[in-house]
Amino acid sequence: MIQLYEERRPPITPELALRVAIFGGVALTLFAIIFFRLWFLQVLSGDKYLAQAMGNQLREIRVQSPRGYVVDRNGTILVDNRVGIGVQVDPQKLPPDGPQRAILFHKLASVLKIPVGRIGREIKRQRKLLPYSNVTLKTDATRAIYTYLFERRDQFPGVTARPLFVRHYPHRDLAAHLFGTVGEISPPQLKLARFRGVPQGTIVGQGGIENVYDRYLRGRDGATRVQVDALGQPKGELQVVAPHQGQQLKLSIDLDLQKAGQQALKDAGGGLPGAFVALDPRNGEVLALGSTPTFDPNLFSKPVSTRLFKQLNSKANGAPLYNRAIAGLYPTGSTYKVITATAALQSRIITPSTVIDDPGSVKIGNITFKNAGGAAHGSVALRQALQVSSDVYFYKMGAQLNGVHGEPLQTWSRRLGIGRQTGIDLPGEFKGLLPTPAWRDRLFRKHQTDRPWSTGDNVNLAVGQGDLQATPLQMAVAYSAVANGGRVVTPHVGLDVEDAVGRALQRIDPGASRKVHISDANRQAILDGLHLAASAPGGTSADVFKGFPRKVFGKTGTAQRAGQGDQSWYVCYVPDGRRPVVVAVTIERGGFGAQAAAPAARLILSQWFGIKKKFVTGQSRTR
Amino acid sequence: MNDTAITRSLDDAIRPPDRAAMRLDVVLLLSAVGLVACSLVTIASATHDDVPGQPQHFLIRQAVYAGIGFALMLAASRVDYSRLRELKYGLYGFVVSSILVVFALGNVTRGSKRWIDFPFVRFQPSELAKLVLILALAAFVVDRVRRLDERDTTARVMLMALIPCLLVFAQPDLGSGIVYIVVALAVLFTAGTSFRHFAALFVLAAIALSLVFVAAPAAGVHVLKPYQTRRLTAFMNPSDNPRDQGYQQNQSRIAIGSGQKTGRGAAHATQTKLKFLPEHHTDFIFAVVGEQFGFVGAALVLSLFAMMIWRGLRIVTMAKNLYGAVVAGGIVAMLLWEVFDNVGMTVGIMPITGVPLPLMSYGGSSVLVTFLALGLLQSIHVQARAAAAAKGRAALPF
Repeated sequence: MIQLYEERRPPITPELALRVAIFGGVALTLFAIIFFRLWFLQVLSGDKYLAQAMGNQLREIRVQSPRGYVVDRNGTILVDNRVGIGVQVDPQKLPPDGPQRAILFHKLASVLKIPVGRIGREIKRQRKLLPYSNVTLKTDATRAIYTYLFERRDQFPGVTARPLFVRHYPHRDLAAHLFGTVGEISPPQLKLARFRGVPQGTIVGQGGIENVYDRYLRGRDGATRVQVDALGQPKGELQVVAPHQGQQLKLSIDLDLQKAGQQALKDAGGGLPGAFVALDPRNGEVLALGSTPTFDPNLFSKPVSTRLFKQLNSKANGAPLYNRAIAGLYPTGSTYKVITATAALQSRIITPSTVIDDPGSVKIGNITFKNAGGAAHGSVALRQALQVSSDVYFYKMGAQLNGVHGEPLQTWSRRLGIGRQTGIDLPGEFKGLLPTPAWRDRLFRKHQTDRPWSTGDNVNLAVGQGDLQATPLQMAVAYSAVANGGRVVTPHVGLDVEDAVGRALQRIDPGASRKVHISDANRQAILDGLHLAASAPGGTSADVFKGFPRKVFGKTGTAQRAGQGDQSWYVCYVPDGRRPVVVAVTIERGGFGAQAAAPAARLILSQWFGIKKKFVTGQSRTR
Repeated sequence: MNDTAITRSLDDAIRPPDRAAMRLDVVLLLSAVGLVACSLVTIASATHDDVPGQPQHFLIRQAVYAGIGFALMLAASRVDYSRLRELKYGLYGFVVSSILVVFALGNVTRGSKRWIDFPFVRFQPSELAKLVLILALAAFVVDRVRRLDERDTTARVMLMALIPCLLVFAQPDLGSGIVYIVVALAVLFTAGTSFRHFAALFVLAAIALSLVFVAAPAAGVHVLKPYQTRRLTAFMNPSDNPRDQGYQQNQSRIAIGSGQKTGRGAAHATQTKLKFLPEHHTDFIFAVVGEQFGFVGAALVLSLFAMMIWRGLRIVTMAKNLYGAVVAGGIVAMLLWEVFDNVGMTVGIMPITGVPLPLMSYGGSSVLVTFLALGLLQSIHVQARAAAAAKGRAALPF
C-alpha cells in the first residue's frame, strides 16, 4: 500500500516502481506484438500482399477474336463471321438493387423479348465467369432494337450495345450438317485436355468441324488491361493485346457438288429423307456430304428457343439436325452384294466363273427365298449376278458362307468397314450393326431375341437385309476400297489449315485406316459386274445411265424395312485419272434403287464431271 | 536582505529567463513534433486527389489543427495541473453532459452520432471526454487514497467510468467507450489498487462479456447492434466475407503487406491511390504509412510512439504528487491503448472500433485532445522539475 500525502513530493516507493515497471512491461509487450505482426506482413509475406494489391487494381477486359473462316476446296467461303449487335449491361452502372432496377429489367426484357428472370440469372452467371466484364443479354439484336435502345439510352442506364462476331453461313442450308455450332465453353469442357489454356467465356466449337478443328479456328481473344479504382472505375489503360483471328480451314467439300447433291436428293426424293456422300476413293477426301431434310445453321447464331429446337429434332419433321450420311443406320439392300462377292471370292468359295443356277427362288432350311418380282435369271456367274442383281445367286453365297471357318462374310464386312466407325472428322458418327452368329446367340441367351443364329441370317446379310445397319458413308468407304484395290480410306472433310490469305499451313491427311488384299482378278470381276449393271442391257441401272458419257461402276439397292416403304440405294464408282469419285445415295421410302437413288447419283456425277444434268429414272425392279 | 533572499536572487540571476520552457520534456516534445510531421507527409500524399481542385484540403486543415494543438500544449504545460483536482465534480459533470449533448444536437455521420457541429468546426465530445475523465477519476482516487484497499473505492471508480462508457456505446462509439474503461483501470493501477481487485474485475468482465455475446443473444436481447458484433468478430476470420465486414481490414492488410521493407512510394501506392483502402486519412492512416514507406516507415512511426510512452512513464515516476502520477498514468494508458488498438486494427489483430491514431489520424478533436494530454504531461514534468529544484533534489536519473 502506498502511503502518500498530497502536495508532497512523493519519494518513489517500491510499490510505484513495481507498478510502473509492470506498466512498461505491458507497453513493451504490446509494441512487440505490433512489430512482429508488421514484420510478418511486410517482410515475410510482402510478396503475397504485393501480388494481391496488383490483382486489386488490374482488370482484364476481353476483346473477342473472330473465328477463322471455313472455305471449300476451291476457296469459296462456307462459314465466315458477321458483326452482330450484342446488347449488354454493365452491372456497375445499373441502378442499385431495388424497384428502380426491377423496372429497368422489366422494360429491357420486353424490348429484347426475353423472360425477365433471365436478365438477373445471366448477370449472376456471367459475372461469376468473367467479373468486371459486361454481361451479354442478346448476341444478335435487330437494328430496330438497337435504334430503340439508342434513342432512349437515358431510360436504360447501364445498357450498352456493342459489336460481337456472329458465325454466318452465306450458303444457308448447304452442308449444314458438317459445320456444327459455336458457343461459350462449358465448365466440363474447361477441364478437357484439348481446351487447356482456353479462358472462361471463350466461344468454342460445339459440334461438327467447328468442334473438331476448334484449335485452328478458335483464334486468340485480345485483352485490354486497365487499372481500376475501388469502385471499378477505369483509371487508365496499361496494356493492349490485340485479338488474333483463328486460322482458316479448307474443307475437301466442293461447294457446287454439295449444291448439286442436295438438289439431286430433293429432285429424286421429292422431300423424302435421305443422304448422299461423294468420296475421293484414293484418299478419302469427302467431296460432298449431305442429309435431307436440312436446316439453316444461321438459326444457331442466336439462342435457339425450345420450340425451334424441338422442331429441328422431331421425327415428324424428319429430324433435320440428324445427319443421315454418318448416323443414318439402314439395311443396304443389294449394294451389299459387292461386299458379299468380295468375301466369297477371297475365301475361294467361288471363282468369278463359278456358275450358279437361279431358278427365281431357293429353299434354304424351311424358308423359300425369292428374287424380286420372281424373275428367273437362269445360270449366272458373278458378273451376270451383279449385272442383274440376282438375289438367288447371293442367297446361295450367304448359305455357303455360313458356318465356314473364319466367318468370311462377317470378316470381310468388318475389313471393309461395316459395323465400325469410319473415323471421319465429324462428331456423331454411328458404327452401325454387323450381324454375327456370336452377336445373335448372345442376344438369344439373354432372351432378347426369339431364336439363335441361323443360316437365314447369313442369307439375309448376303443381300444387305435383315439386321444389318450401315451408313451411306460406310458403303462409300467399302466401295472405295474395292475401287482403289484394297485401301480402306479414312474419310475426312478437313483438307488444309490455312492462314488468312489462303496459304496452306498444315495438311490434314489421316491416311488409310488399313489395307486389305483383294486379288486383281477378283476385283476386276466385281468391277466388271458393276459396270455391266450400269451399262449393259438388263443391268439394274443401265437405263438410268443411258447416254452417260462416263464409265460407271454402280449397284442399285432396295432395302426392305419393317413398317415402311422400301429404301432406295445406289452406290457407284466412276474412275478418272484426276478426279475419281465414289458416290453413295440413299433415300428413305424412295422405292427401288433405280427409281430414286440411282437418278440422284447420275445428277451428282454429272455435276462432278461437267456433264449436262438429266433426271432419268430406271425401270429395274430388283432389290 | 537575508540569506535566503540572496540565494533566491542569485538563483534567478543564473537561470535562463524562460525557465518553464527549459523544464519541458524535450524528448516528449520532439516525439510529438515528429509524429505531426509524419502525419502531414502521409496526409499530403494520401489525400492529394480526394477533394477535386484542392489537393491540399486535408493537409492545410491538419496543419492548422496541429498548430493550434501545439499552442494548446505549451499553454497547458504552464498551468499547474494540481488545481484541476478541485474541479473534479465539474469535470465529471462535463464528461457526462457533453456526451448527452451529442444525443440532443449531434450530427449523424455514417450511421453514428458522435459530432456536434459548430459554425466552423465540428467537435467530437467523446474525444475530449477521455482526457477530462482521467482528470476527474484521478481526483476521486487521490481523495480516497487511504481507502484504496476497499472494494467500494474500486467499484465506484469503475462505475464512474462505466456511465460515460455505456453512453458512448449508444452513439455508437465502441472505441471511445473501451478507452474510458482502459483509463479507469490505469488510474486505479497507478494509484495502487490491490491486485486482488483487478483479478475480481477481470472475472466480472469475463462474465459480463459472455452475457453480452452469448447469453443475451440466445435469450433474444441484443445489447450490441448486429454490425458491432460482426465488426468485433470479423477480424478473427477476415476472409470469410471479404466484400463485407472483413473488406476494410483485408484491404488494410494488403496495403501494409504490399509496402514490404521500404514501401512502394506515394506514386505507386495503388491501395491508397485507387481508394481500395477505406478511411485512408483517418482510421487507417497507419496502413498508408505501411504501404508508402514500408516496414521502415511503420517502424519509425511506432518508435516515435514508443518514445512518447517511455517519456510518459518516466513522468509518472517523477510527478510531484500522487495526483500528477495518477493523471500521467491515465494519459499514458490512453495513448498506449489508442496506438495498440488502431495499429492492431490496421494489421488485422484487433477489431475495427474506430479509434484514431493519436496525432497521425486526420481530425481536429483527436489532435487537439492529444496535444492537450501531452500538455498535461509536460505540466506534470514542469511541476516536478520545479518542485525538485525547490527541494534541491536531482531529477530521476533516466
